[in-house]
Amino acid sequence: MPTEHAFPDSAAKGTLGGSDAERLSISMGPSHPSTHGVLRIQLELDGEVVTKADPVIGYLHRGDEKIAENMTYNQFVPYTDRLDYLAPLANNMAYAIAVEKLAKLEVPPRCQAIRVITAEMARISSHLLGLGAFGIDVGAWTVFLYTFTEREKLYKLFEELTGARFTTSYSRIGGVSRDVPPGWLERVDAFCVQFLPNLEEVLNLLTRNKIFMDRTSGIGVISKEDAIAYGLTGPNLRGSGVPLDLRKDRPYSGYEQYDFDVAVGTQGDSYDRYLVRGEEMRQSVRIIRQAVAKFPPGKWCAEDARRIVAPRKDKVLTSMEELIQNFMIVTEGPQMPPGEVYFEAENPKGALGFFVVSKGGGVPWRLKIRAPSFCNLSILPKLCVGAMVADIVAILGSLDFVMGECDR
Amino acid sequence: MPPAPDAVAALKGGWAGVTERASLDHPAVNVPAADLLGVLGALKGAHGFDMLADVAGVDWGEGAKPRFSVVYHLFSTSTHAYVRVASDCPLDSAPELPSATGLWPGANWHEREAFDMFGIRFAGHPDLRRIIMWDGYAHYPLRKDFPLAGVESALPDAEITAETGVGTIAAPMMGGPFVASTGQMNMGEAEPRAKDESWNERRPKPGA
Repeated sequence: MPTEHAFPDSAAKGTLGGSDAERLSISMGPSHPSTHGVLRIQLELDGEVVTKADPVIGYLHRGDEKIAENMTYNQFVPYTDRLDYLAPLANNMAYAIAVEKLAKLEVPPRCQAIRVITAEMARISSHLLGLGAFGIDVGAWTVFLYTFTEREKLYKLFEELTGARFTTSYSRIGGVSRDVPPGWLERVDAFCVQFLPNLEEVLNLLTRNKIFMDRTSGIGVISKEDAIAYGLTGPNLRGSGVPLDLRKDRPYSGYEQYDFDVAVGTQGDSYDRYLVRGEEMRQSVRIIRQAVAKFPPGKWCAEDARRIVAPRKDKVLTSMEELIQNFMIVTEGPQMPPGEVYFEAENPKGALGFFVVSKGGGVPWRLKIRAPSFCNLSILPKLCVGAMVADIVAILGSLDFVMGECDR
Repeated sequence: MPPAPDAVAALKGGWAGVTERASLDHPAVNVPAADLLGVLGALKGAHGFDMLADVAGVDWGEGAKPRFSVVYHLFSTSTHAYVRVASDCPLDSAPELPSATGLWPGANWHEREAFDMFGIRFAGHPDLRRIIMWDGYAHYPLRKDFPLAGVESALPDAEITAETGVGTIAAPMMGGPFVASTGQMNMGEAEPRAKDESWNERRPKPGA
């Protein structure tokens, strides 16, 4: 069993075989296949055992928070696509809700339902990629091919809805950019129906796979206390047995109407984090199907908020009032009251938070993005020490981070 | 577990310097730098805010008094409530607050980020290095006096810059990103524009 190898204890004391061994310092990343982007970990090794790990981040820093201070609220929506670029629809929604909280704006139920459906589809898409990449990291290539087949179907649906496969920019402050196209909900439902058996097939490749279990169980164990102390969120927190899910605990966008379970692990190891993600996809399908079944009629944006929501395009060139309204919103931005709000949404990677400081007007004074991947990675220096080099790969795969969000 | 507003009342009773902070959502308090760790510790211990959700530096602008604040968001895993704790840095020239790493190890990276972006130091932090920008970078990018386009600086590897004469350059700002004037409405100024129009392809950047 991987948990029983003899080295970690001696490594923690800084000795191997009773004598001070020579330490080897290596850079893992920023272009290592298992670091999923541009994470670099500066490892110090005693033989095969890690004695020190220093993550070096920032390779993908684009200054998103600085940029946000220099443009209107709506103009920042495309930048949120590029945070966790595996779940842009979920980011769009979290950002829009944060700003709507600032404006004390309620969006119509139809808009909420659209956002829930898209966010859960984004969750499935993100977990499928996380699972596929995790599989590759520990030597199970096939999984990736299966999960990407399913993701492709999701991308088709995203494209129909938003016009883009990847960078969707779908939310607006006060709504979404357009209504669902005819027949789209039925196709989402059809996707869900065929997805469940396919998901079981994918999970069957790993769940009782001896090699996969040996590579992941007992590896990268995070205790409940550590998970909370380091601010871990999402599947990484729930994998450690903390039943915390903002969709349940602080429902937003109408999540309280839907019936779903929160998946929780028991051991807090890499294997548990894998199991949690697998179960979350099943629960996401449940939520999507409920939302599709009771999809509310009505408007898809809060049209009454005339200083925040742009008018419908067909009215802009035929009516003076709407023309002025459109001009004001495009040039000045949606008008916000001064104040501070903080909102966290349960994204696929964890709690994505936006802290908005407004001094009034259409541009935020400060927009702090609380990136779940940033917090989740901050536990690495503790988690990696005592692990074998090959286990680092399994730990990173199970943490399922994305550097676009971590570096911002 | 008492609800969060009670926690604010209890804090105001326990610490003379603690005042309520205007907020549009969660309960919020202003805390003097000297009481910060005590208040955070009390919130974590007695009031059950056991998770540090976020630490955000804020620059209130050149000339603002005080100029720098740090805003903490705490979350309770039992009551699922948030509380906001804001603390102003006493010195504008050398902003500094006590470090919360002793309460939450997760504060380590958050505080490194605030140091990296604003130059706010955290006393007692075990490893206060830059985290997103590289070691040796000379500026604090999220300060309001740092231009959106960035500034010229040496590459992370100074040897390469010395050898090749190549460094990082400011981003070209012609054509965007667009910003709108805030506040008083003036249709002439409401046109979208690049924020810094003092230079373009033909007119060099002042001071470059």
